[in-house]
Amino acid sequence: MSTPHAAAPTDDRAGRPDGPHVMTTASPKVAIILGVVTLLLAAVVAFGSQTGDTTFRLSTRRDLAQLPDVTVPANATAWVAIVLMALATAEAVRRYLARTKVPLWLPAAYGVVAMIGFLAWAAAGATLPVIGLLAGALALAVPLVFGALGGVLGERVGVVNIAIDGQLLAGAFAAALVGSLLGSAWAGLIGAMLAGALVGLVLGVFAISYFVDQVIVGVVLNVLIIGLTSFMFSQVLAPNAATLNSPPRLGPVSVPLLGEIPVIGPILFRQSVVVYLLYVAVAVVTWSLYRTRWGLRVRAVGEHPQAADTVGINVLRTRYRTLLIAGATAGAGGAFYTLVSVSQFNREMTGGAGYIALAAVIFGKWDPIRATLAALLFGFASNLQGVLSVIGSPVPSEFMLMLPYVVTVFAVAGLVGRSRPPAAVGTPYRKG
Amino acid sequence: MSRPEDQPTGAGSQGIPGPTDRTAGTSTATGQAATPPPSEDRWREAVRAITTGNGLVALLSVLLAVAIGSLLILVTDDAVRETSGYVFSRPGDFFSAAGQAISGAYGSLFRGSIYNSRGADFASQIRPLTETLKFAGPLIMAGLGVGLTFRAGMFNIGGRGQMLLAGAAAGWVGINVDLPFPLHLAAAVLAGMVAGAFWAGIAGVLKARTGAHEVIVTIMLNYVGFYLVFYALSRQSLLQAPGSINPKSLPMQDSAILPDLLGDRFNLHLGFVLALVAVAVVWWVLNRSALGFRFRAVGANPHAARTAGIDVGRTYVLAMLISGALVGLAGANQILGTATSGVTVDLDAGIGFDAITVALLGRSHPLGILGAGLLFGAFKAGGFSMQASEGIPVDIVLVIQSLIVLFIAAPPLVRAMFRLPAQEAK
Amino acid sequence: MQLALREVTKRFGSLVANDRISLTVEGGEIHCLLGENGAGKSTLMNVLYGLYRADEGQIVLDGEVQSFTGPGDAIAAGIGMVHQHFMLVPVFTVAENVMLGNEETGFAGSLDLEAARERVREISARFGFHVDPDAVVGDLPVGVQQRVEIIKVLSRDAKVLVFDEPTAVLTPQETDELMEIMRELRRSGAAIVFITHKLREVREVADRITVIRRGQVVGEAEPSASNAELAAMMVGRPVELTVSKKEPELGAASLVVEGLTVVDPAGLVQVDDISFEVRDGEILAVAGVQGNGQTELTEALLGLQHHVLGSIRLDGRELVGRKVRDVLDAGVGFVPEDRQVDGLVGSFTIAENLMLDRSFGAPFVRAGSLQLSALQEFAEEKLAQYDVRAPGITTPAGNLSGGNQQKVVVARELSRELRLLVAAQPTRGVDVGSIEFIHSQIVATRDAGVPVIVVSTELDEVVALADRIMVLYRGRVVGIVPADTPRQVLGLMMTGEPPTGDVA
Repeated sequence: MSTPHAAAPTDDRAGRPDGPHVMTTASPKVAIILGVVTLLLAAVVAFGSQTGDTTFRLSTRRDLAQLPDVTVPANATAWVAIVLMALATAEAVRRYLARTKVPLWLPAAYGVVAMIGFLAWAAAGATLPVIGLLAGALALAVPLVFGALGGVLGERVGVVNIAIDGQLLAGAFAAALVGSLLGSAWAGLIGAMLAGALVGLVLGVFAISYFVDQVIVGVVLNVLIIGLTSFMFSQVLAPNAATLNSPPRLGPVSVPLLGEIPVIGPILFRQSVVVYLLYVAVAVVTWSLYRTRWGLRVRAVGEHPQAADTVGINVLRTRYRTLLIAGATAGAGGAFYTLVSVSQFNREMTGGAGYIALAAVIFGKWDPIRATLAALLFGFASNLQGVLSVIGSPVPSEFMLMLPYVVTVFAVAGLVGRSRPPAAVGTPYRKG
Repeated sequence: MSRPEDQPTGAGSQGIPGPTDRTAGTSTATGQAATPPPSEDRWREAVRAITTGNGLVALLSVLLAVAIGSLLILVTDDAVRETSGYVFSRPGDFFSAAGQAISGAYGSLFRGSIYNSRGADFASQIRPLTETLKFAGPLIMAGLGVGLTFRAGMFNIGGRGQMLLAGAAAGWVGINVDLPFPLHLAAAVLAGMVAGAFWAGIAGVLKARTGAHEVIVTIMLNYVGFYLVFYALSRQSLLQAPGSINPKSLPMQDSAILPDLLGDRFNLHLGFVLALVAVAVVWWVLNRSALGFRFRAVGANPHAARTAGIDVGRTYVLAMLISGALVGLAGANQILGTATSGVTVDLDAGIGFDAITVALLGRSHPLGILGAGLLFGAFKAGGFSMQASEGIPVDIVLVIQSLIVLFIAAPPLVRAMFRLPAQEAK
Repeated sequence: MQLALREVTKRFGSLVANDRISLTVEGGEIHCLLGENGAGKSTLMNVLYGLYRADEGQIVLDGEVQSFTGPGDAIAAGIGMVHQHFMLVPVFTVAENVMLGNEETGFAGSLDLEAARERVREISARFGFHVDPDAVVGDLPVGVQQRVEIIKVLSRDAKVLVFDEPTAVLTPQETDELMEIMRELRRSGAAIVFITHKLREVREVADRITVIRRGQVVGEAEPSASNAELAAMMVGRPVELTVSKKEPELGAASLVVEGLTVVDPAGLVQVDDISFEVRDGEILAVAGVQGNGQTELTEALLGLQHHVLGSIRLDGRELVGRKVRDVLDAGVGFVPEDRQVDGLVGSFTIAENLMLDRSFGAPFVRAGSLQLSALQEFAEEKLAQYDVRAPGITTPAGNLSGGNQQKVVVARELSRELRLLVAAQPTRGVDVGSIEFIHSQIVATRDAGVPVIVVSTELDEVVALADRIMVLYRGRVVGIVPADTPRQVLGLMMTGEPPTGDVA
């Protein structure tokens, strides 16, 4: 009764041993991108030749173990980096021609080398506080990562979450208000999560129960929340700033031992509790999504809701529940603005960070870890811009700020790897 | 081994060349019904048409949103809050405070947008109406642009970026090119439309070529556009006014400014007429032209359109180009008519996003967009006067606007709230 | 387990999809539910499976009245369904699909994948399936995917199994294997409901047959009933579907296809180096099981496929590499296999749909402007000529029944000056009356001297219309044979056996 194709080896993409054969699908994209970036940096360094040395400072004054500063000649370092980048590009080309996959470490190592070369060149004649640069990047990235996690959860269950920005803003507002009223930062944090979840609930009501286009709901919700929070800010918070808009702060807490590890300690473990919460959130979301029954069902509902329905999973309830969790996650990110960064709410204070978080979701291919890395990268880009403009660098800051958005455009255009969203994302589920 | 496929009916084919059940459930079942609805009593039918029609839902959505806005004004009004403390001992105070807050708010909204009864002479009395028209102009233009892409099955959320680039381009021509009056104006407007079309066209081309989702691309291009224009405004070699340290350009030359329609006393300028022309043109394109037919076909079913020989990708690009040109017109309108003192990164004044709500409220139909643009223009004009005279933040307008759109988008919700009969399922 | 449906009624608005249907299935029995498309079979099964709630009537299992609020309840009660469109998540592995909704978990809700793998292996071994639990379902061929569906159902200890049109996507060989699996399940005591419209399959495995027409049970039949009897019960009148057509008057070979190869976006070769020609006044019917390259072939003919090698010459002009519009302008008429996706714009009026592929010039467009009066006149005429049952030309096409929708498509395509007609599954999902009408139109087109290609997975339609038959298997031509080739030979050809091979 068994048949040849039933026993089909599963590593065969076609799955049919004597069926259609596969024609070439290898892509030269990685090699092309690496090559272009290498040439770009070479051109920049060649035309904007710098003189002097660049100092990388690897310790802060509070560190127990003081690492010495590293000083390198600016131009020479940049050229060494460019040579290494060219070698990596050649390896990528070789692998493309040999039809083998380019391993992930290659572009990763390339990226680190490129960044060192670029920084050495851009900060010529100055001292670059590496710790401050990276710790600041992490701080800027915190709301982005929370927002991106919320975005990943929403999209994985099949609901486009354009309202991340609204959730961040609502979270920031609620954290400031609740924190001030109750005099507790923790209460503020919980308030922020509730506010984010509330936005998620409204998104759910319109997108899930009333089949309203998810993009429309998301965009309109963002506008609504800007209007609401700005209105309440001018009308209520600003006139009563002392009682309603001065929440207690959640300042940095150094983790014993871990905080003293050279370089890594000051960056990762001398942060606010909210940042530690972030580490937990990333781990929990990733583990739950891939390793638990809940996650399996969430992914099934986002990929093929009808299949989930026919095995007895309540699609609508799963979507609502996941949207609430997603909203609470993004809301917690909003609390970072008013409980950690500055201790007061201000109108439109997220500055569209939710849209960068959305970009991180897509650039991160709907995967919590990759989205987190993308958000960190975007945080790094904006902080680098700040640091470079302080030490005076030849790169216009506007172009650094543009980077996350341009990268995302390239990503959705499929120029940086192929992104495939969950199959059912954006489509409301109607029974039958 | 005998193994014929399907019905083994030998030579005479008596089996059913049966179609398989391709559509399950409802679609199969309802697909059968093709009979016209039974003729009902004419009066009942009319009532039914009104209560189930979209017009009533639109009206109720506006009322509902305004009611929620009123509630917000009430709970945040100081006098109302104070009197609510002793509402049971002296309810009169509470209700008069509430009444004053509401009537003050909407009175000033009305006086700021339609007719100012307190004006000294007729001109200042009807000035608010001209302000409404002034604000409505760019909302209508950009709303038409967004609505056009909706009809072609796309979203253009990139109004902000397109307006910024259009404003910058129109501004550059308006400042740096020397031409006599009508030509200079036309060149500047054209430059704005081309820039808007270009910026939106990127999203169209990427969608057509790579399938990149235009929602994401246009959102991202908003920010890229913002930083590009900001860059230009902070470089003297590009747009920044000489000797200035602010990110702002020189004012427009007089020959590039949209002339006032009603003389110096009113701000209303030629832009509103351009908006009306745009309504007429877009109406014709969508309803009477072959191009619009293809837009609608692609928007409603791209697969069928492609099978019918319509180049879907090309249609996407064209729709985005025209949409961007219309949004660009709004950007040019701002810089050449409303805020001629120079290009800034605030020149879009939120219109890029408002346009989405205008298009949605207007159901993507040109005449609907005209109406929605006028309504939101009135909100804008009135909102500023409300802020000035009553101290109510203008943001309330954003709240009401977005609530209207949310309700409009979910007719069943509105029907349920007002206990109206449901619309016949399709 | 015994399943009984009692007087089940399901309405959609004013339409009664199931009208007091009663049915009993015993354990260890295969009960066939036979009916035309749209007769209400799938609706009934969705009621049974808890996807719909019945307006009236009862579902009774072993004497106990059930009340299902969703598929979860039905599954818990021991009902399993093998869906026509597989309910599998393509990006999940076999094990993940099988465990979904029925997961065994460990600490804090973590998945016990090993238990799921073991379950897949165990059931596979019991039925000899050879399914790898870690294979990603989207990569598996449809026949294996169906086995995953069956494993999924069995892993939930289903006692009542519903197979909803399970053979539509299978080769004859796979179909036979499925029949054997069904018999095996019957031996193990399961109650099986087998929904189909294919008479051969019914007679092969059924213990009892219930025929449904227009939502009502019209009677029971014995497996020994003749095809003519069963068909007449299904349709409600004696069916004589031999299409009356005269001998073809063959002209020149206007369509010449040579070495045609089509590669899909995933890099799979879907049409593999095929060559054939069609003469003026001839119908070439393309036979084969669904998914053997027919879709890609017709789309390549129209210019809808991107990666096409070889040549397609119509009247000596090369069509490969040309845009769809140029191909249409060359006189190719196309009836797509899925009219709701590719043939019509549902929200457009009938009139607008009638000009869908003519928005570039006369008679409906002049100087970029629509000629609405010309369109109205044309649409009124076609509505009458093609007997489209609709309130008027402004009725949205999406509101029409399947047969009337297809008539609109056929009317549009046949009202152009044709040099080639390509009709893919022209009568799929169409009522019998419309089938006869559409067939007569196709034959009339052939008699007007146009070369015609008809693609159908229904052998009866192929045999009824064809002057010659080309059989496709896995993208290749198995053979091109005369219309009077015996069905057994055709059936074997559809499994890939060349016609000259050993025919028993």
